[in-house]
Amino acid sequence: MAERKFAWPKHGTASLLGKDIQRSDGPVKASGQAKYSADMNTPGTLYAKLLTNPHGHAKVAKLNVDKAKAAKGVKAVHIFRDVGTEMRWEGELIVAVAAERAELADDALKLIEITYEELPFFVDEADLKTAKEKELTKSLGNNAKGDVDAALKDAKAVHKGFYGIHTITHMCLEPHGSHCQWDGDKLTAHLSTQNVSGTAGQFAGPLGVEEANVTVNCQYIGGGFGAKFAADEWGVACAKMAKEAGKPVRLMLDRATELKIAGTRPSAFAEVTVACDAEGKVTVWDSHHWGTSGINGSTVGLNVTPYVFDPPNRKREATGLICNTGPNRAWRAPNHPQACAYTDTALDDLAAKMGMDCLTFFQKNLEITNLPKIYGPELELAAKLMDWKAKWHPRGEGKGPKKRGVGLALHTWGGGAHASSCQMKVHSDGSVETFAGTQDIGTGTKTAIAIVAAETFGIPITAVKVNIGTNKYPKSGPSGGSTTIGGVSGPTRRAAQTALWKIFDLVAKDGSIFNGDAKVCTWQQAAGLIGPMALEVTGEGPKDDGLTSAQVGGVQMAEVKVDVETGIVRMVKMVAVQDIGLVVDRLTAKSQVLGAMIMGIASTLSEERIMDNKTGRFINANLADYKLPRIGDVGELVVEFYEPESEYNRGVIGLGEPPAISPGAAISNAVANALGVRVPVIPLTPKRVLDALKGAQA
Amino acid sequence: MTSFEYARPETEAEAVEFLGEHHGNTAVLAGGTDLMNLLKADLVAPKRVVDLKHIPSLKTVQPENGGVTIGAQVTLDELARHPLVADYASVRDVIDGIRAIQVTSSGTLAGDLCLHPNCWYYRNGYGLTAWQNGESLVAEGDNRYHAILGNQGPAKFVSASRFAPAGIAWQAKVRVVGPPRNNEPAAEWLPLEYFYVTPKTNQHGHTVLKPGQFISHVWLPDSRNVQSATYEVLQMEGLDWPLASAAACLDIEGGTVREARLVLGHVAPVPWVAADAARFLVGRQVNEETAAIAGDMAVAMATPLSMNEYKVQLARTAVKRAVLKAAGHWNE
Repeated sequence: MAERKFAWPKHGTASLLGKDIQRSDGPVKASGQAKYSADMNTPGTLYAKLLTNPHGHAKVAKLNVDKAKAAKGVKAVHIFRDVGTEMRWEGELIVAVAAERAELADDALKLIEITYEELPFFVDEADLKTAKEKELTKSLGNNAKGDVDAALKDAKAVHKGFYGIHTITHMCLEPHGSHCQWDGDKLTAHLSTQNVSGTAGQFAGPLGVEEANVTVNCQYIGGGFGAKFAADEWGVACAKMAKEAGKPVRLMLDRATELKIAGTRPSAFAEVTVACDAEGKVTVWDSHHWGTSGINGSTVGLNVTPYVFDPPNRKREATGLICNTGPNRAWRAPNHPQACAYTDTALDDLAAKMGMDCLTFFQKNLEITNLPKIYGPELELAAKLMDWKAKWHPRGEGKGPKKRGVGLALHTWGGGAHASSCQMKVHSDGSVETFAGTQDIGTGTKTAIAIVAAETFGIPITAVKVNIGTNKYPKSGPSGGSTTIGGVSGPTRRAAQTALWKIFDLVAKDGSIFNGDAKVCTWQQAAGLIGPMALEVTGEGPKDDGLTSAQVGGVQMAEVKVDVETGIVRMVKMVAVQDIGLVVDRLTAKSQVLGAMIMGIASTLSEERIMDNKTGRFINANLADYKLPRIGDVGELVVEFYEPESEYNRGVIGLGEPPAISPGAAISNAVANALGVRVPVIPLTPKRVLDALKGAQA
Repeated sequence: MTSFEYARPETEAEAVEFLGEHHGNTAVLAGGTDLMNLLKADLVAPKRVVDLKHIPSLKTVQPENGGVTIGAQVTLDELARHPLVADYASVRDVIDGIRAIQVTSSGTLAGDLCLHPNCWYYRNGYGLTAWQNGESLVAEGDNRYHAILGNQGPAKFVSASRFAPAGIAWQAKVRVVGPPRNNEPAAEWLPLEYFYVTPKTNQHGHTVLKPGQFISHVWLPDSRNVQSATYEVLQMEGLDWPLASAAACLDIEGGTVREARLVLGHVAPVPWVAADAARFLVGRQVNEETAAIAGDMAVAMATPLSMNEYKVQLARTAVKRAVLKAAGHWNE
């Protein structure tokens, strides 16, 4: 008998792994049969609506909800912030009303008597000077290595520049929220969450019930991106109102409130000095960056600055601005997109100063990156797919009002597996069920589990019934940090292999297993030996058995067309080359990268939280003014995985975040290549492009 | 949203009657693409919403006085396909630029002409002129999308209508219908140019419509001998408000401009007629140079606010490209 150890099929022998397989829940999602939290409508469900803080900073001076409580159809009222409570950003929740119909809840909100004591606010995340004057800054540290001053003296070229990237939100299509229903002292919460197994306690504690009495369900979720790990105060309030009313309550944040309070990606603005020697090797990085994560005054961390590249002489400093703005939450590859945006742009400017093609320049400096052996071949592959050599030109060359340019950037990410387990049942008719308290946040997790189980048993994907989306199943980690694919693939494979071995043993008991190549029995015949009680096995993870690993690198290249008379940037083409270890489902993996590229195009060209200095409000918190791309805005997108056999042998690695990192720098560099001028701050709106062109003429 | 009555007239006379009650505290439902937003934000709270979608006389497109009369309930999709509108290129340019089936399938020309401003202070409840404690929120706050012309008074928003520049350049008229009062006629044809007003206070509207009045029809004059185009500066490829736009109507004979009308959109509280720039083109050939000069002249009097100087360049470009496009010298 062969040695029994957990492993993937040998490279080139898998029948399902790495193939293009459509996501199993595509049809139910496309046809509207998939039920999201906002679709939950059990009999008697009440609708909750919210009164929120309309000021940048204020105290509740007077509050009277009596009339709202007495209003027609109102069954519960919850006060989040009572008289005297300070509210430090616009949108903070004050009162929720649950009523029989949405419009009755709206009417009741208008009956709430409230006055505010307005307080001073500061919301200009780029304005370091004013923040310092108002003592609204926090030092987030500084450190140095090597000898920056000496290296600057010896440098062939020195470039000083300013770069910035504004705050954006997560903009999930489905806002945060839940549907909560009680049965005695048992709570069932249909929660829009990335953390099915980890939120029961967040309900139980504040509600004063046992955690065992809380069921959290989430079969489908309309976007997470790092903002949906918690029950949140509005989730708890939903459950409280359901208890008070004795009826189920559904509370989903409205779009404006979703944008204002339910998560942002911090801003970062940087003064950077970079220098290189005559060969083009980067010798110096010296930067001070600042930005805000809201009231806790943080920004991008020092440790990712500079990003990917690590020159021998380095100084870095970070300052946080304390702003009256909605708090940050993890946003797809926290810290990395911003750090990439001010690092790879500064290096691109240095390359231009040297008169070098930035591809050559980056290639020359791979030895000071974390993964030179990955980036090297990826750069070559991307350059071929972009036709870089034919398209690159010295900055600013080109006739007519519409100028083309190309740019590139590099990124890295971990993506190791999170803690997870998978329970598997093999029935005597050969059917297979899996159970895991994980969630499919649109990434194809359900499909991936089915693929791994089906691959292992050699049965069709449709023969595997995948059960996820409730905390009553074996626990599984939250979907953050690109940890889920490894998190679920490892335990599923381990469980399936274990089951297979047990079935082999059953077959072997009858004495005849193989006769040369002749098939002894079918899967069903073998499974039939299990008997009336299903064979139950559990797979755990992560384990150090090679099924999963971590650390990837990727390269992206962008081609743009910029209208210098209108400042409008159009995407022509974008190429992403990414290593991801063993590919489970090629189709959904590619979709992940496409989604990340589109998200990156959005935040680079149009998407921006605009805080109004006059009112302290998030003035564009709607889908007309918070501009997102449509399909016509994204251009041609090319995805290629870098996958020599050595990559397959690394096992499964998470992919969700890395491809969302590079677009900012790659597109900004392409615009600089087109214009001959750096547009320093992202998003690259017509205003910023025209202002930069005008500044360059002055 | 505040509760309201819903009325569904079947004739124009009924509509006038329904709209005139409640002291005119009523609202017209045409396509509804703007009204629903205004209702939901409680920016309007009419006692009654009068749905004009079931009045046959408002759904026709007919030749009239050498031109064409378009009913207020004709959708943009219907308009785009209608042979009588085929020669009004500047109108069709606008429909092409909307790029949203949700809007073109239910939105109407007359509805667009009546759009409330998209100024984010107005839409967040600070009133049309957005003054607070004696100062202009727009002037002091975030005005990146606001007016660069006609902005010296209290109002600094930009007219939201996408069709008004083309309509005014065509010398369109609108038929304003309402309850008869003070010897005013119940229906009157008004040049579109005079339909818009710059409000001095939040109590004034941004059009001449009085309570109970509505647009029943739009008339475009004879299209013969006129070449037209609209150029909208659109940041996004999907549904997006123009950052600036311009419409041109040119009568060109033997390569020389005999008559020209240029109107800018999204740059002032009203559609902005660029008379000097148009006059400059008369007697000249249209080429890159003359079109650029027309663009420069159209924005010569611009008074940008603290954050919107870039819009001067956008308006200049829109005029230049609209002129070139009308003359057949511009391809995207």
